[in-house]
Amino acid sequence: MSEISQTLKELLEKHRAGQLKPKDRFAIPPQEMPEQSPAVRRFNMNEVALGYTEEQARMEALRCLQCPNAPCVEGCPVRIPIRDFIREIAEGRYQKALEIIKGYSLLPAVCGRVCPQEVQCQEKCTVGLRFKDVMKSVSIGRLERFAADRAGEAAAVPEAGEPTGQKVAVIGSGPGGIVAAADTRRGGHEVTIFEAFHKPGGVMVYGIPEFRLPKAIVRKEIETLEKMGVRIVCNFIVGRTRTIEQLMKEDGFDAVYIGVGAGLPKFLGIEGEHLVGVYSANEYLTRANLMKAYQFGEGADTPIARSRRVAVFGGGNVAMDAARMALRLGAEKVYLIYRRSEKEMPARVEEVHHAKEEGVEFRLLQSPKRILGNERGQVVGVECLRYELGEPDESGRRRPVPIAGSEFVLEADTAIAAIGNGPNPLLQQTTPGLKFNRWGYIEVDENCRTSLEGVYAGGDIVLGSATVILAMGQGRIAAAGINAYLAEKRRRGAGA
Amino acid sequence: MYKIVSKKPLSENVFEMDVCAPYVAQARKPGQFVIVSPDEERGERIPLTIVDGDEQKGTIRLIFQRVGKTTSQLAEMSAGDCLGYVAGPLGKPTHVERFGVAVCVGGGIGVAPLLPITKALKEAGNTVIAILGARTKELLILEEEFRQLSDELIVVTDDGSYGRKGVVTEPLAEVCRRERKPDFVMAIGPAIMMKFCCETTRPFGIRTQVSLNTIMVDGTGMCGGCRVEVGGKTQFVCVDGPEFDGHQVNFDLMMKRLAAYKDLEQKAYEAYRQHRCRIGLDRSSNP
Repeated sequence: MSEISQTLKELLEKHRAGQLKPKDRFAIPPQEMPEQSPAVRRFNMNEVALGYTEEQARMEALRCLQCPNAPCVEGCPVRIPIRDFIREIAEGRYQKALEIIKGYSLLPAVCGRVCPQEVQCQEKCTVGLRFKDVMKSVSIGRLERFAADRAGEAAAVPEAGEPTGQKVAVIGSGPGGIVAAADTRRGGHEVTIFEAFHKPGGVMVYGIPEFRLPKAIVRKEIETLEKMGVRIVCNFIVGRTRTIEQLMKEDGFDAVYIGVGAGLPKFLGIEGEHLVGVYSANEYLTRANLMKAYQFGEGADTPIARSRRVAVFGGGNVAMDAARMALRLGAEKVYLIYRRSEKEMPARVEEVHHAKEEGVEFRLLQSPKRILGNERGQVVGVECLRYELGEPDESGRRRPVPIAGSEFVLEADTAIAAIGNGPNPLLQQTTPGLKFNRWGYIEVDENCRTSLEGVYAGGDIVLGSATVILAMGQGRIAAAGINAYLAEKRRRGAGA
Repeated sequence: MYKIVSKKPLSENVFEMDVCAPYVAQARKPGQFVIVSPDEERGERIPLTIVDGDEQKGTIRLIFQRVGKTTSQLAEMSAGDCLGYVAGPLGKPTHVERFGVAVCVGGGIGVAPLLPITKALKEAGNTVIAILGARTKELLILEEEFRQLSDELIVVTDDGSYGRKGVVTEPLAEVCRRERKPDFVMAIGPAIMMKFCCETTRPFGIRTQVSLNTIMVDGTGMCGGCRVEVGGKTQFVCVDGPEFDGHQVNFDLMMKRLAAYKDLEQKAYEAYRQHRCRIGLDRSSNP
């Protein structure tokens, strides 16, 4: 164990003696996350946040009041016993802390990095409420990440259950699919994941950039699945390569989990959207992340625009990722254009903060009206309109109202639309009997069961636009449903 | 996985290969394509139409033209080598029915994807008139296959070195003016050729289908890079196509988008060729 400071030693002693009062805990300063400096990191792909040191983690853990009612757990979509794992970190028992988390979340190294904690667990934290500032809550996400990074190497591979002889197909290898595969494998079934891309990991490899989620972490999670005996088949597009019906009727799969994500990018429907240099964030990030276009000419063969001035439309995490990626690909100027105010931005506070630090210029209460091109069909600028906030709309956020005559032009050679995704129509076209709602998302019950027997679904293809943790939560519910369904099927089989 | 079973040149820059891809071989239908990469780690994903396949052997037949780095890499692979990956079949299959008289127009490398569609049209009971175009005699591919399949075959070359001298739209216009007007036209080739085929048939009101080969990354609807404007609406070539009513396609826009990475691709290709040349020199200097 590395050296810890005298201050921490004294705090720990008081803590163990039961003498560390809330007042003392409030007095411990929130631990800042060590980060690459903005001036350096905007030119590299390495992870921005470097992770707590042991000293910092234990200090931060001591800020936790260990509330008897643990309100933070209420804020967690998968109900991790947060208070308990934080207590273990304070004591330096990182392995134990990770075990507690792993009982509820399979991907702590991922979730600790990408969960929007400030609207989940940390929003409910008593410490944050005491300071009337959610950013002063206990940094639960950072502690989760610390436990995963610190103890992950030694973590045991979960064991597969007693063989049932039944087969489960998991479609999509994103966070929901990974959890569904692990949980059904633990149920003893033969599990195969089908992935359309040539690398597994879904949004964690094509969408979320290396500087926010290192791909080595995702690879390790995939390796864990393989060690558990899960088979992963890439370059396999369910609906085209084989249909769900073929998997179940001809290939002997007894149950299916659909976790294909949404992933059909939306465009704004404005003039100039087909110009050269207009990307969906999906395309931009896939080229950059999965296809490593940032190494074009030096190890990767997929090109991406060499941009000078980039306009990104949107205010979510994907918009932040695209804007920050554009900087790293060499853009001199990156505008982030969002038609509401910063308060309404759906992105994580940390991403907004990082984007600003790196020099992304926020253009709030503005929205693109049309994209301007030259005679070669290339983007040369974006005509924008200014907005003001009016009455709250159905989402509870104040509706942005355009200000007539407020048009102005921003010079840009690249435009990236990060305004969300719709459902991919492929399964709808090729799976008769599978019920979709009128927006094209799959209809499920509370157990993630679809209209087809033995077929379950979760994540973005059900929820629309979700987060990693919500997709994981659904993967877990669906896996429990599948395990129960297959047990029932075995019973019926044995009885017959 | 994805082993090249056989490979041969069809012309100086056009190659044909049979690749092991059992699922694709089983599922493929005329008009569909695959995403291919020569190298799993660093390779680019490119769409190639499936020309033919053998379900028993588990192979599919691909034909491609050497135009840049990725296709050069493919061209240098030989039987026994493995492709990085093959994913598919993708896209909606061609809608085939008994139209009556069907004209199949192919230009350059577009003759390759036209073959399975022509075969399907013939099998559906159509009278097939095939019009094949190439710049010069050496670049004409699959002539024999089309001769066997079609009721009438018209070959044109730009320089007149073989068949008629001229471009495909000339015989197409003549066929359209015949007393027995065609009921259906399928045109596949360079964007400019497809555009003018559509302009040729438009006044005759003949349904004209085109198959588009735009820039793609995933090929499954996820990136939208392949989008085109059809009838004023945004369509994704990978999931809504690759075939569209040619009279509705905005070809001018599509051609501009096809040129999106021209400069970068050119540089990559030149760097690659220089690299290959150096390897050649090394070999000759070190026998």
